[in-house]
Amino acid sequence: MAVIPLTRKPLSLVERTYVPAILSGLKTTFKRMFRPNDTLEYPEQRPAIPPGYRGVPTLVKDPNGREKCVSCQLCEFVCPPKAIRITPGTVPEGSGREHVEKAPQAFDIDMLRCIYCGLCQEVCPEEAIFLQNQYSLSGYTRAELVNHKDRLYELGGTLPDSHYKWDKKKAAAEAGPAH
Amino acid sequence: MLDLWNNLHPLAQGLIKGLAVILVIFPLAGASSLAERKVSAWMQGRPGPNRAMVPWIAWIPFLSTFLRRLGLFHLLADGGKLLFKEEPVPGHVNKLYFILAPVIAMMPAFTTVTVVPFGAYLTGSGETVPLILANVDVGLLAVFAVSSLGVYSLILAGWASNSKYPFLGGVRASAQLISYELSMTLSVVPVFLWINAPGTAGTMSLARVVEFQSQPGFWGGTWFVFLMPVSAFIFLVSLFAETNRQPFDMAESEADLVGGFHTEFGAFKWSLFFVAEYSHMLIGSGVFILLFLGGWNPLPWISLADLIGGLHRLTHAAAVVHPLFVGVLSIVIFLVKVLAMIFFFMWIRWTIPRFRYDQVMKLGWQRLLPLAIGNLVFYALAIAFLQQPV
Repeated sequence: MAVIPLTRKPLSLVERTYVPAILSGLKTTFKRMFRPNDTLEYPEQRPAIPPGYRGVPTLVKDPNGREKCVSCQLCEFVCPPKAIRITPGTVPEGSGREHVEKAPQAFDIDMLRCIYCGLCQEVCPEEAIFLQNQYSLSGYTRAELVNHKDRLYELGGTLPDSHYKWDKKKAAAEAGPAH
Repeated sequence: MLDLWNNLHPLAQGLIKGLAVILVIFPLAGASSLAERKVSAWMQGRPGPNRAMVPWIAWIPFLSTFLRRLGLFHLLADGGKLLFKEEPVPGHVNKLYFILAPVIAMMPAFTTVTVVPFGAYLTGSGETVPLILANVDVGLLAVFAVSSLGVYSLILAGWASNSKYPFLGGVRASAQLISYELSMTLSVVPVFLWINAPGTAGTMSLARVVEFQSQPGFWGGTWFVFLMPVSAFIFLVSLFAETNRQPFDMAESEADLVGGFHTEFGAFKWSLFFVAEYSHMLIGSGVFILLFLGGWNPLPWISLADLIGGLHRLTHAAAVVHPLFVGVLSIVIFLVKVLAMIFFFMWIRWTIPRFRYDQVMKLGWQRLLPLAIGNLVFYALAIAFLQQPV
């Protein structure tokens, strides 16, 4: 049988008065008073953010300062709470990046809807959207809590890029077909 | 100075004494509430309140940081908030009694202070004179009689609130008070049996109890906590119950009755209940110290007179035997003991989970009361044997 019956010793008279248990409890709480605090004093002290943390979603630029998003709208479609709204636009003439064809004209993430699931980051074929370390955001109005494109780039900054996908494509197109 | 005081009209004297009580007890109770927050924080690994600051003091370099960390100015912040908050009176309450309840809570809390001696000074002939606002001979009886009135405010608050939780809180408070009042009273009877030996003038005075614990010799200087540990224990447990402190917070029952009797109260009326609770604690601790922990005597077997005598031999200064110095010293010793007791109250509160209502009743009637009666019988027989006329 899986049940192992244990015989418990009956409490002694002293134990039944609860006094020894109370005294040991008092000892515990007294020692606890001199231990360092377990809490962070938040605005002054900040928690250490572990790698892989999913904070506020942001848009990033590549090391050359170009925007990576091509407004494919995959993130908009995958977003479970429908927090992302993208208005696709074209890449302006004379920027040297006309071959990318598309760039977001407007990119809004409603942070009142966002659930920080990170699916947008996972689905992005351009590695343009990242959930980074920012965890604290507040505002006085609902409108304030919608992050627009410029704000998203401001939050995102620049991240290292190992592909330079569009530079390679451009170079390949200029070099002509390989065969 | 003393003549000027004695020439004052008795009414003026009473007024000044009353003001003194309010000016001492109110801040002490407020400080206790802050201490409660700090002690609970330390025991739970938190820093506790440590933000409030007064601009002018913030300019002092190190002291300001220390005081801010200690949370001292939260006392002002809390008091200010409670004083200036809107005073909501719910529509369904009995307004007169609703407003009367916190006022009644304060009255017994402040009245009992007058009969509690809080210090002593030595006259030229080496006689100890207790410092007390109203030196009535009924002493402890007055404390018991008046402090029990405090429960009326809880019942009144619970009933006048006209809602379920406060009502239950009020009912529980009254049941608890009745249950523990008995054991409490029985537990101190041995003390008074012992000090009222045959042939001496009978007294219920608390000052006399302290005097008895400051006699020379081994048996004379023994505090009653060593002579009558069971009495002290029963008195202490009943004291926790009488002051509605955890683990006996049946009147409040934060977990199951929201706030118990003060659920419908807010702002300053609520804070009056709070101050009354802490005043009861302060006075209860004071009475416990007078009865069992030697009152204003610094250590067991070392009385105040011994301490002053020792200091005088050491320094040969006339100032140490001056009544003013002795009086202040004795008050300081007494206050330190009271504050240590208040810390003990908080220590217990943040250590032990609260009892269920039926456990409170069972403990009161089936454990503490028989123990108190047995204790009384034992000491009555022992004292009769020891003090029988030869």
